[in-house]
Amino acid sequence: MLKISDLKVTVDGKAILNGLNLEVGPGEVHAIMGPNGSGKSTLANVIAGRDGYEVTGGSVSFMENDLLEMAPEERAHEGVFLAFQYPVEIPGVANIALLKEGLNAARRHRGEKELDALDFLKLVREKLKLVEMKEEFLYRSVNEGFSGGEKKRNEIFQMAMLEPRLAVLDETDSGLDIDALKIVAGGVNALRSEDRSVILVTHYQRLLDYIVPDYVHVLAGGRIVRSGDKGLALDLEERGYGWIEAGDSATA
Amino acid sequence: MNTAVKELGELVGREYKEGFVTDIEAETLPPGLDESVIRFLSAKKSEPDFILEWRLEAFRRWQEMDKPEWAHVHHDPIDFQAISYYSAPKRDEDRPKSLDEVDPKLIETYNKLGIPLEEQKALAGVAVDAVFDSVSVTTTFKDKLAEAGVIFCPLSEAMANHPELVREYLGSVVPATDNFYAALNSAVFTEGSFVYVPKGVRCPMELSTYFRINALNTGQFERTLIIADEGSYVSYLEGCTAPMRDENQLHAAVVELVAMKDAEIKYSTVQNWYPGDEDGRGGIYNFVTKRGACRGDNAKISWTQVETGSAITWKYPSVLLEGDHSIGEFYSVALTNNCQQADTGTKMVHIGEHTSSTIISKGISAGRGQNAYRGLVKVLKGAKGARNYSQCDSLLMGDRCGAHTFPYVEVKNPTATIEHEATTSKIGEDQLFYCRQRGLSEEDAVSMIVNGFCKEVFRELPMEFAVEAQKLLGISLEGAVG
Repeated sequence: MLKISDLKVTVDGKAILNGLNLEVGPGEVHAIMGPNGSGKSTLANVIAGRDGYEVTGGSVSFMENDLLEMAPEERAHEGVFLAFQYPVEIPGVANIALLKEGLNAARRHRGEKELDALDFLKLVREKLKLVEMKEEFLYRSVNEGFSGGEKKRNEIFQMAMLEPRLAVLDETDSGLDIDALKIVAGGVNALRSEDRSVILVTHYQRLLDYIVPDYVHVLAGGRIVRSGDKGLALDLEERGYGWIEAGDSATA
Repeated sequence: MNTAVKELGELVGREYKEGFVTDIEAETLPPGLDESVIRFLSAKKSEPDFILEWRLEAFRRWQEMDKPEWAHVHHDPIDFQAISYYSAPKRDEDRPKSLDEVDPKLIETYNKLGIPLEEQKALAGVAVDAVFDSVSVTTTFKDKLAEAGVIFCPLSEAMANHPELVREYLGSVVPATDNFYAALNSAVFTEGSFVYVPKGVRCPMELSTYFRINALNTGQFERTLIIADEGSYVSYLEGCTAPMRDENQLHAAVVELVAMKDAEIKYSTVQNWYPGDEDGRGGIYNFVTKRGACRGDNAKISWTQVETGSAITWKYPSVLLEGDHSIGEFYSVALTNNCQQADTGTKMVHIGEHTSSTIISKGISAGRGQNAYRGLVKVLKGAKGARNYSQCDSLLMGDRCGAHTFPYVEVKNPTATIEHEATTSKIGEDQLFYCRQRGLSEEDAVSMIVNGFCKEVFRELPMEFAVEAQKLLGISLEGAVG
């Protein structure tokens, strides 16, 4: 599904990713962990196609296509979804309006008919339940005046609506209290399926208690320095990132 | 409810054309302006003597006036002697024979706005066929208005048929010598609309200059006068979203509104005159004086404008709040792209007790556009308990445009409450990326963000106008990002 080879990325001339390799198969959930500044969010943003990240080497292929050649909206149409670490506010634009535009753009891309108002609303109501959001959220401006937890739930709700092939969750757990975390995790788990892959970018092991990953990778110094299963996350919790970083700098 | 839906359907269908047919012999005056030109204009319309006198007085005063230089706009000096002040509507043989002869860019825009083919022809000045000239729907409208007692006709017709109303109200809100361009208009105005809504009547439909297809070429010095008598209501729509073909560079219109006790006037404008090309060549200069007077207690005047066209826009729809508890409102979206310049805003003059006013201004600057909000809130000594709320928001796209805010406040009564809020924001890369990540193209994302920014104004527009205005903003901003 997703294959990242020797990816090198700079931001403002500073090297952030230094030859990152990662392969994600259909239905797999990968957790990317690492200390602050290790390049976790850079990875998420490069996959989604955000400006300001210069790819200086390597490749990213998605469903056999060169992802780096595609505009952000084309990636979205192909099924790449990014749950933002800091979802932006868009005053005056109703949540539901943005969703409808986005969903129908993807449907047009796939050669499907646009959903009419009735079918759309039916789908919306069904997905709202996943994240325990009230219908009034739909008519409020995108993220405007939302609490931190509401913003993150809104991201998962959008993901549920857009039904991506690859969902990248960028620190979706940050700033969530335990109840909100459970709701968000419940939403993600409900969306797990054989043909949907998930990359969880997170700083803390806590999220992985609720969304159990198939693989855990540790990112440090712009590279994946260790991979394992859920056990690795528990080791990290116990011993801290210093344990990995010390080992990494010794080999570098 | 049912009739409302039906009316909306009729409006959206718009397969009609108002019978503003004026029988003028084809003639054009050579460029230049002196008293003889004014006498000619007046004679051409067989105007009453008092109108001619009024015009001549305005002309004499205009000659002594200086052009206003305070606006935040720049243009070459205008040679008023180089303008022809009378030209008869074009004859069919001088007009394009079909849409094939019209600039394809214009047609593309019409199509994007979803304008029906027959209407495209009319807007582009194509010699229209007999089918389109059918007046059956028009007749229905006219009957409906007549039944309600509403007078809606060209100003020249009103001078002939209702001279007493014209004499009483013409120039009563915007005096002939109010300002340089108003004085010029008073001297040489050629046509315009007249509306009188009698006491207690709720005008049964939205009134629109849109109907007056044949008046397209006479819009240079337009003059509109709307009177809402006690307890009446009228909603008037000016302009249209489609770019209009026009060969006159200078437009200096005057609009006067009079709302008597308990009356309400809602005046909506969508202005999309030719803005000039990407380098600022050509384009209309739109120097307009619009003012309303709330003459009686509890009167209400509401201006809503969406200004996307013209090379230069200079207009300040204002309200004189004379009656106690009267209300003035100004909702504005002004967009400048490429080399467009806009200096627009409002004046709210609080004279009566407990008068209130609301100002919501949304300025959007893109390209090298310059956008200025200029507003005056004036509370006179007797305006006990006056209230004003002003909100001026500016949105910038790119780094070569400008937004400027000039709010003036003069308060002479200590019991007044004045609130002013202003924000300036840049259309965020973050917002654009967020929308694109959700699948929107960059242009759709811009359009959605900008329309969100303007929402408070759009919701004041009549529904079918609001839908068109939204599309129009998107089209006007094409290519502004990226």
